[in-house]
Amino acid sequence: MISENTITDFVYREADLLDTMQWQAWLDLFHPEARYWMPLEWQQQDPVLQPSLMYEDLLLMKVRIERLAGERTFSQKPKSRCHHLLQAPQILACDPAAGIFKARTSFIYTETRGDALERFSGWASHDLVQVGDELKIKLKRIDLVNFDAPFGNIQLFM
Amino acid sequence: MAKYENNPRAIRGLVREAEVHRDVYVDPEVFELEMEHLFPNSWIYVGHASQLSKPGDFITANIGRQPVVASRHSDGAIHLFYNRCPHKGVKIASEPCGNTGKFFRCPYHAWSFKTDGSLLAIPLKKGYEGTGFAETQANDGLSKIKNVVIYRDFIFARLSEHGVAFEDYFGDSLSTIDNMTDRSPQGKLAVEAAPIRYMHTCNWKMLVENQTDTCHPMVAHESSAGTAIKVWQREQGDSTEKPMAVQLYGPFMSPYEFYEQSGIRIWPNGHGHTGVNNSIHSNYSDIEGYLGQMVAAYGETRAHEILGEVRHNTVYFPNIMVKGAVQILRNFIPIAVDRTLVESWVYRLVGAPDKLYERALMYNRFINAPTSIVGHDDLEMYERAQEGLKTNGNQWVNLRRLYESGEEPDVTAVINGTSERQMRNQFHAWAKYMTMDMDKNLDQPGEAAE
Repeated sequence: MISENTITDFVYREADLLDTMQWQAWLDLFHPEARYWMPLEWQQQDPVLQPSLMYEDLLLMKVRIERLAGERTFSQKPKSRCHHLLQAPQILACDPAAGIFKARTSFIYTETRGDALERFSGWASHDLVQVGDELKIKLKRIDLVNFDAPFGNIQLFM
Repeated sequence: MAKYENNPRAIRGLVREAEVHRDVYVDPEVFELEMEHLFPNSWIYVGHASQLSKPGDFITANIGRQPVVASRHSDGAIHLFYNRCPHKGVKIASEPCGNTGKFFRCPYHAWSFKTDGSLLAIPLKKGYEGTGFAETQANDGLSKIKNVVIYRDFIFARLSEHGVAFEDYFGDSLSTIDNMTDRSPQGKLAVEAAPIRYMHTCNWKMLVENQTDTCHPMVAHESSAGTAIKVWQREQGDSTEKPMAVQLYGPFMSPYEFYEQSGIRIWPNGHGHTGVNNSIHSNYSDIEGYLGQMVAAYGETRAHEILGEVRHNTVYFPNIMVKGAVQILRNFIPIAVDRTLVESWVYRLVGAPDKLYERALMYNRFINAPTSIVGHDDLEMYERAQEGLKTNGNQWVNLRRLYESGEEPDVTAVINGTSERQMRNQFHAWAKYMTMDMDKNLDQPGEAAE
């Protein structure tokens, strides 16, 4: 039975897989129809007819991950690392009967590039579904507090 | 130590026939002179009239480093001002866009100005009686920029009072803006959202040059576009229809031969474009209903003529790039010698199917974003160049690909698509617009006065 604790553990584990660069295990957390969305507007509703920083399906997420390991991926020499600092997830829905599980988690994210280190703050929203005994991500949404500021390269996943 | 100030000969010496000195990218003094001479002497993109649809609407922008504000007056006219209160210099508008109502009101001492810039009111005005205030520049209200041209809703301005006229400056290069606008069945574009913005720690000219650099995609973008093709080939399974995403990424891996035959067209004053005969945008899927709309609006022949023109990147010297086929304008805004703010705007084709806007937005976040894997490749190259150019062993950047001795400057020509001639064209214009008013200051005849 999926409980609020199951959701919380899932959110922590997802971030940990990113921090430890277990890319395949991380991709396995996603539903085949999943999307990874990073909006470009405050409380944005439409990912298709409004601009976003990212709105990607599994195919595109795989491209990103495969690129990271490429021999000629010059912007990953040296490789970036990342760190997620999460607040306790706020459970917005935990309804096994309806199959609806939602959490929103405040975060500080750090990404390195050589000697440089960039910090970002925002909220991660997880829309989850139950597949067999497991939770899978239908939508991971990253709302940066300063989504409208001009950033340098963001190469990993928040 | 001032090497270049009031020294047009030294500035011109930075640009050889097919090489440029690294100081154009790394010397802070050269950057200062660009802000003082090049940007004021050139026609600079400010914004799009669709951002000023109602009276009182305003947008802010920078021309070089100077903040400006454009507003729509009650009579429908668009005015452009320096964004400072004539009193103490406080910016009268701080947001990228908004509606100010009937007047601008300075937040410091409540001086107010009509949306045509004229002074409306000053609190406790009697304090200025008999002070000679009426004879000061402040009495005229917001300082107006006189040389403003709105071409098919694209607002351009030249800060210098004297210089090259708009039509002479852009000439036939305006055909790319025409083509982008004509792609709307109503001949109308609209800005509906903020641009994607990102910051590059490199000189602004590296980004501009890269727009017509056709020998880098298959190398620098192998890691992004090449990987996209590889993953798609592996994962596609039985699906036969290429997803929009793969259609957009894939052509970046086109071979040298493709770019060679696709051609480059150069125009006078540093403008030019890639993709004369065809381009990386040629083979996108048709979008249902669109061709029918275009034929109904323009007739069969003209509709096919408009849609058959799929230019790749058009550089409008000095610092914007327009992609008609995907309705994108990138503005390379200089912040410092090694810092460039990019704003990548998408225009909606008014009256066209949503799918076209969806594709343009998708292209923009795939290619022109801090989260773009293609952009990651490019920024890495610019940053390495910004560092590498500090070396003294070789102080020249080589732009000699397909150079022919005796190349005429300021001509219109179509050439091999892998030529670096458009970069040479830009640097010729660079030296010209950097120095045209320096000569005047030195009491010599200018090279190209109006």
